[in-house]
Order: sequence, then structure tokens, then C-alpha cells
Amino acid sequence: MKKPSKILIGIVTLAVVIIGVFAYEQYVSSQKSIIVLATTTSTYDSGLLDYLMPIFERKYNAEVHIISVGTGQAIETAKRGDADLVLVHSRQLELEFVNSTYGIHRVGVMYNDFVIIGPISDPAGINGLANATEAFRRIAAAGAEGNAIFISRADKSGTNMLELSIWSRLGVTPSNKTQTWYMEAGAGMGTVLRMANEKGAYTLTDRATWLSFKNQLTNLRVLVEGDVILLNPYAIILVNPEKYPQRNYKGALKLAKWMISEEGQNLIASFKKEGETLFIPIARDFNKAHELGFPEQEKEIAWYDAQNP
Amino acid sequence: MIESAFWDEIWNITLLSLRVSGTAVLIGALIGVPIGTILGFRQFKGKRTLTRFVDIMLKSVINTFMGLPPVVVGLVVYLLFTASGPFGWLGLLYTPTAMIITQLIMVVPIIIGVTMSAVGSVEKAIRERALSLGATETQAAWLVLREARMGVLTSIIVAFGAAISEVGGIMITGGNIRWWTRTLTTAIVVETELGNFAMALTLGAILLSMAFIINLALTIVQLKGARR
Repeated sequence: MKKPSKILIGIVTLAVVIIGVFAYEQYVSSQKSIIVLATTTSTYDSGLLDYLMPIFERKYNAEVHIISVGTGQAIETAKRGDADLVLVHSRQLELEFVNSTYGIHRVGVMYNDFVIIGPISDPAGINGLANATEAFRRIAAAGAEGNAIFISRADKSGTNMLELSIWSRLGVTPSNKTQTWYMEAGAGMGTVLRMANEKGAYTLTDRATWLSFKNQLTNLRVLVEGDVILLNPYAIILVNPEKYPQRNYKGALKLAKWMISEEGQNLIASFKKEGETLFIPIARDFNKAHELGFPEQEKEIAWYDAQNP
Repeated sequence: MIESAFWDEIWNITLLSLRVSGTAVLIGALIGVPIGTILGFRQFKGKRTLTRFVDIMLKSVINTFMGLPPVVVGLVVYLLFTASGPFGWLGLLYTPTAMIITQLIMVVPIIIGVTMSAVGSVEKAIRERALSLGATETQAAWLVLREARMGVLTSIIVAFGAAISEVGGIMITGGNIRWWTRTLTTAIVVETELGNFAMALTLGAILLSMAFIINLALTIVQLKGARR
């Protein structure tokens, strides 16, 4: 009867050791300020956050945990109290978030633009158009004839929201169910670009992700760019500490302040892929911020500047 | 420089995978083996219709839960641990602990199920003989467990194999955060999305070698069991 008890002692010891390691880790990580940032796939996939966050983490002895999902999901995550702040890009969803009082102090951080990309052969004939809506109309028409495919993110991301708003301008409600040319991927930007490359399909993408992936996407090219509706501003919104007092509000404030500070903004401007700037800072460029849908930018910047977490 | 950062991250990811799945299986074994043993003892006693019915139901439920889809477990754990959920105050969502809980729920039925049938298959003969030779009930139970230990070990290895290769559940509850909750499987998903195929393939190879080691262990255990 000795053998089993030895095994038992062994198992219990192992369990104690593992639980001890955990307790220690929990203790260590509780000493560090952990900030949970829910953000879009574009800021993560483009490499911007992997570039910025280590600098912030070193400076403030903090750890930033990035949940990289679509804008819709990022805001939902924050609304449920599972994140401290969001960095997102969909004006409509952002305003809903702020109006629900779960999000506070929406501030513009940076922008880039969306581009319509598609196969080099361009069966819908949209190359060089200055009007994105017209380009979509032609893609739908070519799609209906079986000559083109459009891949939609279909994940309530900022990119997806803009895409849907363009379709609705046309009075089209595309659906995979009835229209075979319209594919609803339910995936991040990187995956959708890759799918478009495989299928020779059209899609809408932010320029940052496009530039980061361009080398791998040999069958695709930018066909339409420069339309004002394609501008893509990113905002930071804090999670209301009154709703979720247990969240790391101070940490979120520090990160937000740093992102819109001179230092953060300069770093954003200096982030390049293949020699091209991916994001243009706007936090302190008030005219540009107004133009991009942040009417209270001065007020919010002044508020952030006055905070001392 | 780049090389070392590459291996640094792979090491971090592999270690986390082993830790999460290892812990889940260890705790799962501490819970599942005793329950599986008790149920294994139980299933031959059901002579009355009611007890038989209970046994059959229990066995079917356990077998169903053995095939629990990981994403469903992930969803449920997520809803339990989200800040506005019932256990939100623990602040465990998007931590390795949440991932361990997810995998624990997955592996416990596997361990119970396999242990149960292993114990059940040796129970009758061994226990009766031991009791007739004057052993106490507890001693007889130990003997049965000893005889069934290959089966118990198999249950643990199978559970570990299921846990280490699981992706849907821990993706939801861990959030796939770099350097924190990114495991072999979730890293393969994100690296493929990013087009870092070298990284994705390396991780895939590591995962595959782990599966091989697990199967090797399983085969050795089974061969040993057959020889006896």
C-alpha cells in the first residue's frame, strides 16, 4: 500500500508547486500596471502597436494587453467592462458608445485612408475613379454578371461599417445569401486581403494594413483612392470609471495621454513601412481633427492635458 | 538580434501552452480520477431499475461532455468571467487562469470517462478476489485502481492531447494577447493572418512533435498494459 500514497504525495506536491507559481505570478503582475487596450485589427496587423507599446511600457513600467478585434467587437468588449480603453475607427459606433455613457472623452488620435483594392485585371473597370460610391456600383454590376467578387469583412469592424455605409448610399443591401459575388468573410483585415488575393476579388481596406501586406499580395493593386468618404480617423475613448470602478482607469488615462502627447504623436508619424508613413497624427492638428469628425478636439485635448493620473 | 527575438517568442508561446494545458490536466486529473473511479465502481452495482437508469443517464451525459466543443466551453466561460458576468469581479478574463478554467472544463469529462471504463473493466474480478482474501473495502479499491492505472494514465494523456491542440476556447477566453495569453494554437492563427509563415510553421512543427510525443507515450503505455 506504500506505492499509491507516494504517487499521491507526488501529485499533491506538484499541484502545490504549480499553484504557488501561479500565486507568485499573480502577485508579480499585480505589482505592474496592466492596461487592457481593445483595438482594431488594422492598428495591430500593421505593426503600429508593436512599435509603440514597448516604448510606453518601458517608460511607465506598465504592461499593455492588446485585444485586437474589429471596432464593433472592441467597443462591445469595453462596454462589458473587459477593457480599459479603446482605439477604434467608426464614427457611428464611437458616438453610440459615448452616448451610452460607457465611453468617455473621445479624442482623435490619427488618421489614414481607405483604398479599394482589386485584381490587376480589374473586371469591373474601376481603376482611377475618384468616386468610391461609383466604384462600388460598378463592382456590384460586374458581380451581378458574374465577372467580379467583393469580399466583405462582415465583422462590424470600422472598415466593414464604412463599406456598408457606401452600399447603403447606393441603396444596395448585399448579402452572401442572395448574391454570390458578395462574400461575407467574418475575419480580420489581413485574412480578408489574403482571401482577396487568392480569389482575385475586390475589397475595401485601410491603407496601413494594405501597405504592410502589399508584398505578399501579388495579384492585387490599389484601384480607387482619394475620395473624402474614404478618410479613416482613429479615436481613443476611455471606459467610464463610474461604470466599472475595478478597471484600470488611471492606466488607461496614462496611455491615452501618452498617445496624444507630442512624443506619442511624433512616434506615430515616424512609423513607416517600406518608406511610407502609415498613420498621420491629428491630436494636436485641430483643423484637421474638426474636418475628420472631432468637433470638440480642443476641449478634449485640454481635458487630457489637465489630468494628472 | 531578429533570430533571438524570434526564438524568444516561440519559447514563451510554447511554455505558456505547456503551462496552461499541463495545469488544466493536472487539476482535471485530481478531480476526474476520483470521480471516474467512484463511477467505475458504481456501474456494476445497478441491479434495481432506478439505479440502472441513473447509471445509464450518467454515462451518456459523461460521454456527451467528453465531446464538448471547445468553442462552446469558451463562450460559456467568457460569459461567466466577463466583467459584467457573475464572476466578473475576479478579473480573470484574458488571463492564463481563464484559459486553464476553459481547458479544465474540457478535460474533466475526458478523464472521468476514460478512467471510468478502465476501472469498470477490472473492478469486478479484482475486488471480489481481494475481498475474499480478507482485504478491507479501501484496500480492495486501491488494488483496483492499481490494476487500472494504465487506463487512468491513458485518460490523462488523451486529455492533455486534446487540451494542447485546442484553439477555439482559449482564443475567446484568453484574448490571444502577445507575451501573455498567446499559445501555440492561437499563435498559429494570428501568424497565418499576418503572413508570418516561418513563425506559423515553426509553431506547427512544435505542436506536431508534441502530438507525436503524446502518442508515443500512449502507445508505450498500451503496450505495457498488453504485456501484463
